[in-house]
Amino acid sequence: MYLKSAYEIRDKYLRKDMLPTIFCPGCGIGSALQYTLRAIDDLKLNPDEIVWVSGIGCSSRVPGFVNFDGLHTTHGRALAFATGIKLANPDLKIIAFMGDGDAAAIGGNHFIHAIRRNLDVTVILINNFTYGMTGGQVAPTALKGLRGTTAPYGQFENPFDIADLAVSAGANYVARWSVFNYLQGINSIKKALQKEGFTLVEFLSPCPISFGRRNRMKTAPELLRWYQKITVPLAKAKKMPPEELEGKIVIGEFADRDRPGLVREYEAYKKRAKKMMGWEE
Amino acid sequence: MRYPFPVGRSDFIQGDEAIARAAILAGCRFYAGYPITPASEIFEAMALYMPLVDGVSIQMEDELASMAAIIGASWAGAKAMTATSGPGFSLMMENLGYAIMTETPLVLVDVQRGGPSTGQPTLAAQGDIMQAIWGTHGDHSLIVLSPSTVQEAFDFTIRAFNLAEKYRTPVVLLTDAEIAHMRERVYVPQPGEIEIIDRKLPASEEEAKFPFGDIHGDGVPPMPIFGKGYRTYVTGLTHDERGRPRTVDAEVHEKLVRRIIEKLERNGKDIISYETFELDDAEIAIISTGIVSRSAVRAVKILRERGVRAGMLKLNTIWPFDFEMIEELAERVRKIYVPEMNLGQLYHLVKEGANGKAEVELIAKIGGEVHTPMEIAERVVG
Ligand SMILES: Cc1ncc(C[n+]2csc(CCOP(=O)(O)OP(=O)(O)O)c2C)c(N)n1
Ligand code: SF4
Repeated sequence: MYLKSAYEIRDKYLRKDMLPTIFCPGCGIGSALQYTLRAIDDLKLNPDEIVWVSGIGCSSRVPGFVNFDGLHTTHGRALAFATGIKLANPDLKIIAFMGDGDAAAIGGNHFIHAIRRNLDVTVILINNFTYGMTGGQVAPTALKGLRGTTAPYGQFENPFDIADLAVSAGANYVARWSVFNYLQGINSIKKALQKEGFTLVEFLSPCPISFGRRNRMKTAPELLRWYQKITVPLAKAKKMPPEELEGKIVIGEFADRDRPGLVREYEAYKKRAKKMMGWEE
Repeated sequence: MRYPFPVGRSDFIQGDEAIARAAILAGCRFYAGYPITPASEIFEAMALYMPLVDGVSIQMEDELASMAAIIGASWAGAKAMTATSGPGFSLMMENLGYAIMTETPLVLVDVQRGGPSTGQPTLAAQGDIMQAIWGTHGDHSLIVLSPSTVQEAFDFTIRAFNLAEKYRTPVVLLTDAEIAHMRERVYVPQPGEIEIIDRKLPASEEEAKFPFGDIHGDGVPPMPIFGKGYRTYVTGLTHDERGRPRTVDAEVHEKLVRRIIEKLERNGKDIISYETFELDDAEIAIISTGIVSRSAVRAVKILRERGVRAGMLKLNTIWPFDFEMIEELAERVRKIYVPEMNLGQLYHLVKEGANGKAEVELIAKIGGEVHTPMEIAERVVG
């Protein structure tokens, strides 16, 4: 793949009057955003036909910075808003940018139901194990023992594996990478954007300010080294005994299938309705 | 266009059914909901009709999602509606606030039942008046309509869509279990017989740059819907005229919130609707809304027969509230009675309006039954 310069991507897709972004130095959200824009650029998608949606959180600020139609909604509910947009105008392609707290805590119910319906949307999920915007409380993804302002002695609850959850709920495409895996990341987003139904690309993303600082990793490089240590590629994980996988996070592509998306299902439903009522043959 | 129900003639239908049919005639093509008594029949009728008119009807995972979905649909260009009852209405408050802040046209039907909490699922009440007006947080305004018959449920639904589109605002249609389940004769017009208002769209690229400004001087900015190439950013955060978040600027916040409130306030004449009965020479006024108005009319007749100069005022619009009109009325009458199916919600508004010019007395009734005309009349004669 030919990589355009980041400046070129920035100038082409960002809203200049909104810069600089609110993101802290070392934050991984910008990388995930760049990968998404590169994927759009590579696929030559028409920006006029794309709507970005988001909930609330640092990650959810992304739609404000990109020059597309965008809906920055309430905390956790982006996918419910997206359901309305997509069904009201199926010609629009929807990208949902969300945080782990946004998607898996307050938005958990919307998340699993959007997947169950196979809503046609590409979710870019920023997993930084924390609530960045509100200053570092624990997120439902936080591994046991990780610290947050609301678990100062280390998380005592079990974490959600978001990718796992998405696979079980029925997503058409699910991949997880750290922002360190940029080529895999871009390729996954490209795949996700081309598929119908629910597609998810999760990124382990450094949040040095709210999260790293409280977990003895004050800088992005420290967090990236930690991701390298705790992530295990899927192929390798398959051969490892469960004890060894304790506290590790598997990365890779977890689902790639072609179940019909919600839009197609509803179109068929409308046809069925008209037939059942004798309106159409 | 073919309709899945007869048009241009009367039909004997329930209030909930009337709302569904009216919505479709008003141009609603997106419905999202979550089942709840006594509003479910609206959803069931929409589920039956929507696919036939190429609209969408979808059962969401809860009321938060239903509200979210109709806001999304509205920004994608559709006229959209949801319906619920008290407990669900409470859940919708979060995104109702979002709809107000983002000036999203939509219709939210609240079929009132006894509360608080899950209360009396099958019985009528008027306990959501304050929630409808003030339920969501922050300074805000919206439109609340209140029908008292099945025909009005039909007519006000069409009006609700028109007002939502005209003023780019959410409109709450506040009905109750009694109207929802009662069957009455309703005239369902031909599409050509009704006035349909559509939202103002930007006339140019330039106009589209100010989706939250006041480019026409009427307080209602044109709405650049998604997918037209305008690249609009919509946020529930305090935003400037272009839609850019400006969360710590007092001036921007003040300008935005005041415009949202004032666009309805200054169009009060167009939005506020009421009816009077025997009020001209009255010295006793009964002010009511919704289902209770039907008993109130009867009560006035009983009172007149007994020589009491009573009259009544039926409020079709509950918000914006015409405080001045109530004050003028209070100057003319000796006493105002407010019968309502709660322990005093409309009463507070009326009392504020009366401004001490007349005594205001609440005739409260809760538990699920509508006041009988006699109950109201007897309170008046003491
Ligand atoms: C209903 C509601 N509850 C709480 C909040 C406060 N809040 C803002 S952002 C946030 C969490 C964000 O965390 P996450 O989704 O993980 O995103 P990040 O900031 O880490 O990118 C919370 C709890 C809110 N805005 N709305
Ligand atoms: S708080 Fe964390 S997630 Fe938010 S911008 Fe800063 S580094 Fe990024």
